[in-house]
Amino acid sequence: MSQRRITIACLVLLLSGILLDRPAPAYTLEEFGFEDPKRSAEFRDLIAELRCVVCQNESLASSQASVAQDLRREIYRRMQEGQGRDEIIDFLVARYGEFILYDPPLKPSTLLIWLGPLLLVGTGGYLFIRTLRRKQTEPERGLTEEERARLSQLLAQNGQGHNQYLR
Amino acid sequence: MDQEALNQMQHPPTRALIPLGIFLAVAGLLFYILYIRGTGQDANYIPSPLIDKPAPEFALPSLKDPGQTLTREVLLGQVSLVNVWASWCPACRDEHAELMRIAREHGIRLIGFNWKDDRVDALAWLKRFGDPYALILYDPDNRAGIDWGVYGAPETFVVDAQGIIRHKRVGPIDAQVWETEIKPVIERYRDQTP
Repeated sequence: MSQRRITIACLVLLLSGILLDRPAPAYTLEEFGFEDPKRSAEFRDLIAELRCVVCQNESLASSQASVAQDLRREIYRRMQEGQGRDEIIDFLVARYGEFILYDPPLKPSTLLIWLGPLLLVGTGGYLFIRTLRRKQTEPERGLTEEERARLSQLLAQNGQGHNQYLR
Repeated sequence: MDQEALNQMQHPPTRALIPLGIFLAVAGLLFYILYIRGTGQDANYIPSPLIDKPAPEFALPSLKDPGQTLTREVLLGQVSLVNVWASWCPACRDEHAELMRIAREHGIRLIGFNWKDDRVDALAWLKRFGDPYALILYDPDNRAGIDWGVYGAPETFVVDAQGIIRHKRVGPIDAQVWETEIKPVIERYRDQTP
């Protein structure tokens, strides 16, 4: 087999690996059934806004970690008992800290998280608009008579040979 | 170059220093977070809200004696290390020799918290590597583990004689962690009369 063919074969293998090798979901929502579809939606929303403590960039809804499954079961059990969203969040925060919330509450220590992006966009926007305005009020002025005279004098000094570059 | 431009080069307006100021502020912040606050801290570390709070109530069977139920009462009376471990956890093996040494040389009471494990596997593991624990709680389905905010093994809590959690270590304990992180906390609470 030619080298090119091998390369293509490798690429195809690699791509099929990327496209087809999706990990099987560790759980199904059927496992957490509710009679009331409203409660079911509440459950789905809740696990999507809680952070998995093991794999910190995943929500409880998407995580396949075993601890995440334990927490889903615990949340499910509490919802079956009739507990509401806030009660369950309080329970989890008391044990794992506010870390478990994707939406941190607004308080002094989280002020920067909440207002930081706004502050950055605001400052950037202000500077941008100010720069644009200044450009408008100070249009490029042309050369004065005096400058024009000086320019032609300089060009003449440079001689014929260089003139081609200045044209 | 005319005089005005020359002046401007020698005495830049204060406004030109703003980007430098922003750069220094960001650099300082990163330095603080990465080198001063962050040293020795695992990126996976989550501060526990349970510090200085009473240890959660529990009722778990003993690993060695399934008929016996152990409750929060077992924590009271002296400072103890509550060590979360499992036979499937490689880092638990790494710290095991150190735990054996701590129990032997320092006479600290170690309470095992066997977590998400299988009784047979756990007992075989202890037989093979040694048993540093005064008693062992058995929590195969993470009911009590959630109450303790456990999210991995090994984790180790320092619990004082009144049953108050004083420290939480996430990750294995080695000689250095013991000296700098665990021992000072134990010594602070050891002399307390219960």
